Amino acid sequence: MPLLEVNDLRIGLQTQRGPAEAVRGISFSLERGETLGIVGESGCGKSITVMSLMGLLPSTAKVGGSIRLDGQELVGLPEKAMCQIRGNRIGMIFQEPMTALNPVHTIARQVGEPLRLHRGLSKTEARKEALGLLERVGIPDAASRLDAYPHQFSGGQRQRIGIAMALACGPDLLIADEPTTALDVTIQKQVLDLIQSLVAEMGMALILISHDLGVIANSVQRMLVMYGGSMVEAGPTKAVFAERAHPYTRGLFAARPVLGAPRTGRLATIRGSVPELVDLPRGCAFAGRCAFTAEACYTTKPPLAMKPSGHAVRCLRLEEIAAQSAVPA
Amino acid sequence: MNTIVAPAVPSAAALSVPGFWRRARHHRSFVIGAVLALLLLLAALVSFVWTPWSPYEMDMANKMQAPSAAHWLGTDAFGRDVASLLLVGARASILVGVIAVGIGLVVGTALGLLAAARRGWVEEAIMRFADFSLAFPAILSAIMMTAVFGAGIVNAIVAIGIYNIPTFARITRASANAIWSREYIAAARACGKGSFSITMQHVLPNISAVLIVQITIRFAIAILAEAALSYLGLGTQPPQPSWGRMLSEAQTLMFQQPLLAVFPGMAIALAVLGLNLLGDGLRDLLDPRLARAR
Repeated sequence: MPLLEVNDLRIGLQTQRGPAEAVRGISFSLERGETLGIVGESGCGKSITVMSLMGLLPSTAKVGGSIRLDGQELVGLPEKAMCQIRGNRIGMIFQEPMTALNPVHTIARQVGEPLRLHRGLSKTEARKEALGLLERVGIPDAASRLDAYPHQFSGGQRQRIGIAMALACGPDLLIADEPTTALDVTIQKQVLDLIQSLVAEMGMALILISHDLGVIANSVQRMLVMYGGSMVEAGPTKAVFAERAHPYTRGLFAARPVLGAPRTGRLATIRGSVPELVDLPRGCAFAGRCAFTAEACYTTKPPLAMKPSGHAVRCLRLEEIAAQSAVPA
Repeated sequence: MNTIVAPAVPSAAALSVPGFWRRARHHRSFVIGAVLALLLLLAALVSFVWTPWSPYEMDMANKMQAPSAAHWLGTDAFGRDVASLLLVGARASILVGVIAVGIGLVVGTALGLLAAARRGWVEEAIMRFADFSLAFPAILSAIMMTAVFGAGIVNAIVAIGIYNIPTFARITRASANAIWSREYIAAARACGKGSFSITMQHVLPNISAVLIVQITIRFAIAILAEAALSYLGLGTQPPQPSWGRMLSEAQTLMFQQPLLAVFPGMAIALAVLGLNLLGDGLRDLLDPRLARAR
């Protein structure tokens, strides 16, 4: 049985312009120790998807489909039972290390908190465990800094503290929602390396959200590309990077800056702008912005086509695309 | 996704910052306010162990005297020592301030925190109730209460306290809502904490600075309200001294001995001014951004 099984997940949100479907039928599964990356631009539903795994959606959100953790259904689970899972079975690392720690509590208290909550440790025991965790995530001289407040740490250190907090109870699944977006590049690398080594060491599954393709390429075994609330392409990272079957994935790749490439003007862009969730086309979400758009794209939702490499793509015009262009370099 | 810009909530962390007292010493309104507030407290405390004369002892032979060596601030229409009356009257002011603000703080903050934690119809109900009760002028509802339950210091305190509840509820809810949208609350929820422990451990400490400032301001308003009610004869009852009643008694004697009105008036003004300055100072000192701009 896989650790996490998400089946046809649908999330409806109330927006100012009426109800919108933010996530439209996402399915994936994750084994213990497996790592999954989710890529896509802002507003494509990646954060909403992982928030639904934590049961942290706003109360007005409507969730359909199923999310199973070790066979236990999480959709519709009462808040009390969900509290037992959050921080205990599923840990989460947040995007903004500057705001993800409470400014009025010491870090020893914050890191020890989940342990006191889920393991029933005493204050002294939790403090001892917190010290071990902080040392493990590489806070220098952790013993003397247990009683320091968050503002006394740098951004990278705070992200490490956030990781220690997420890992306190040894969760089975770790969710990292753009954990390095707010950090500078050298610190990014250190934090990603730390997450990876911890995941390998503790045998956790990892879901890493990012819009940075470089981060995804180096950190995860499988990846999932999202656009407009749908999964447009999914598969082993290597296969997706090699084939880039969906036109949206190609667009993402073309738009990234390449180190050392000759500066021949502007970066490529995907033409048009992201449609609002309220007025997404009925068929393919990418219809209209895609160079291969045909009549059918507006009306028919493309089925998920499996490739032999275990790589799935949601596009009606795969053959035409394959015929017309080789994978761009 | 839209970035939600949270309204500014001064951080209570400033209280634990070593620089707080150093900065406080150089903040003029904080220092003046703190000194005046301490004087008020001192007057009340001293009155328990010592007053120049007994505040209840009448001396008709020496009534309405001007300040002298024997009676520093003179005597009133019954020959009572004004200085002693003022010292003992400070007790009533502090008593009213502490209890009335206490009622407002405890009940109002609890309601505000509940509203912010529950949202939905609970929040709507609490806030509409607060709007409803704020629609009545404070003094009017206090008069109504004392008219129904009888005049007296206890009823006056309760009336002022009830008036404080919606004010604290509104301030708490607004600040707490701002805190609830912070990422560390999401982090706390992701740790599996329930809304009660998040409220107590994360929200409340972070809005304490706002509440502290509000306490000083409400305290001043409560002192004024007690004086006003006593002036109307609805607050402190004779022979218990109160600044407001001293004023109302002095009113009829304005032309014979105007100083009788001046001294309690000054006491009220200084106490209220002091607490307001203290509140202003705390607001500046507890807000890191204002502190930097200075």
